[in-house]
Amino acid sequence: MEHYLSLFVRAVFVENMALAFFLGMCTFIAISKKVETAIGLGVAVVVVQTITVPLNNLVFHTFLADGALAWAGLPDVDLSFIGLLSFIGIIAATVQILEMLLDKYVPSLYNALGVFLPLITVNCAIMGGVLFMVERDYTFSESVVYGMGSGFSWGLAIALLAAIREKLKYSDVPEGLQGLGITFITIGLMSLGFMSFSGVQL
Amino acid sequence: MSKLTPKEVLLNPLFNNNPIALQMLGICSALAVTTNLNTALVMSIALTLVCGFSSLFVSLIRSQIPSSIRMIVQVVIIASLVIVVDQTLKAFAYSLSKQLSVFVGLIITNCIVMGRAEGFAMQNPPMLSFLDGIGNGLGYSAVLIAVGVVRELFGAGKLFGAPVLPLVTDGGWYQPNGLLLLPPSAFFLIGFLIWGLREWKKGQVEKNQFKMAPQVTKEAF
Repeated sequence: MEHYLSLFVRAVFVENMALAFFLGMCTFIAISKKVETAIGLGVAVVVVQTITVPLNNLVFHTFLADGALAWAGLPDVDLSFIGLLSFIGIIAATVQILEMLLDKYVPSLYNALGVFLPLITVNCAIMGGVLFMVERDYTFSESVVYGMGSGFSWGLAIALLAAIREKLKYSDVPEGLQGLGITFITIGLMSLGFMSFSGVQL
Repeated sequence: MSKLTPKEVLLNPLFNNNPIALQMLGICSALAVTTNLNTALVMSIALTLVCGFSSLFVSLIRSQIPSSIRMIVQVVIIASLVIVVDQTLKAFAYSLSKQLSVFVGLIITNCIVMGRAEGFAMQNPPMLSFLDGIGNGLGYSAVLIAVGVVRELFGAGKLFGAPVLPLVTDGGWYQPNGLLLLPPSAFFLIGFLIWGLREWKKGQVEKNQFKMAPQVTKEAF
């Protein structure tokens, strides 16, 4: 249990998807102008990440990894090179299915997430989470925790950034720095703040 | 859209319409791989090639793709190209591919590639699309290499791993700035880069959402 808790805390604070690994930056900057939309997107990312990372873990260990096809009588087959293609396919499919399910059964949540759901397919944070899971060789239960933690870390970061930017729009920024420039510097400062968590161990 | 000459298509993305500084695309990997110049350079080459060829292939079959599944077709083309790059790197530069870790795979979700395939290659002939892809790749590379040079030179006193500024620890005079090797510095550097570029090309400045109200004194009423 402690192991999982420590993994979660590490994924959220120390290895923050957005601030330490720069993943999902495009959406991170484009959709962080208002706190509500930022939180909506953050929730969507947590949900998708929690589903796709374990799902990809299962697929990787049953079909793609070296020797994983032994159950089908093909112990020498190594399909891991095709991993990238299948991961992106699974992510796209999951997002699509999730969108249809939400539309049918939870329309209020569907409307709240709106255009963000399809956007998530091309969010590097999701793909990055999956690739990190493969690279670090997480087990299935670890991948559930890691997926949730890394999704939460991204959501937390975008909500914080949106809150700062809402305040920031009333401030007098030098001309060339307005918009994108000052946003980057803000993220830099946030990232500096999050670095103080490195070294935190449970 | 007016007729574009190949030269414009190739060179515009470098400064006038830089994918990172102006279009806000593909920032993710731009920051992570720039701690040293080697990885930055390899990443630039990989992205430029993938971007150019994916635009070429998407453009070649653009009239055959049904619009309802065009995204999936584009993603499959891009992913296949990335697999080629990834496997080549693993075969010929294994240690480098370990350093780049997940970021080669992340070219798939790099918005530049997808954005060019969707925004340009779907409407334009193959050769022009290829040049557009290469041009945007070069625009990305320019930012990446600029940031990479600053981070490696001032963070570690080296370029391509070879010492340039002799460090204090080795009996030289340069005290390296360790912050430059950490994530936050990448954000600052890109922020300043955008600031510089926008001071130079005034047209790119974004309008402020709110203006400071002029100071009002009692006499005004």
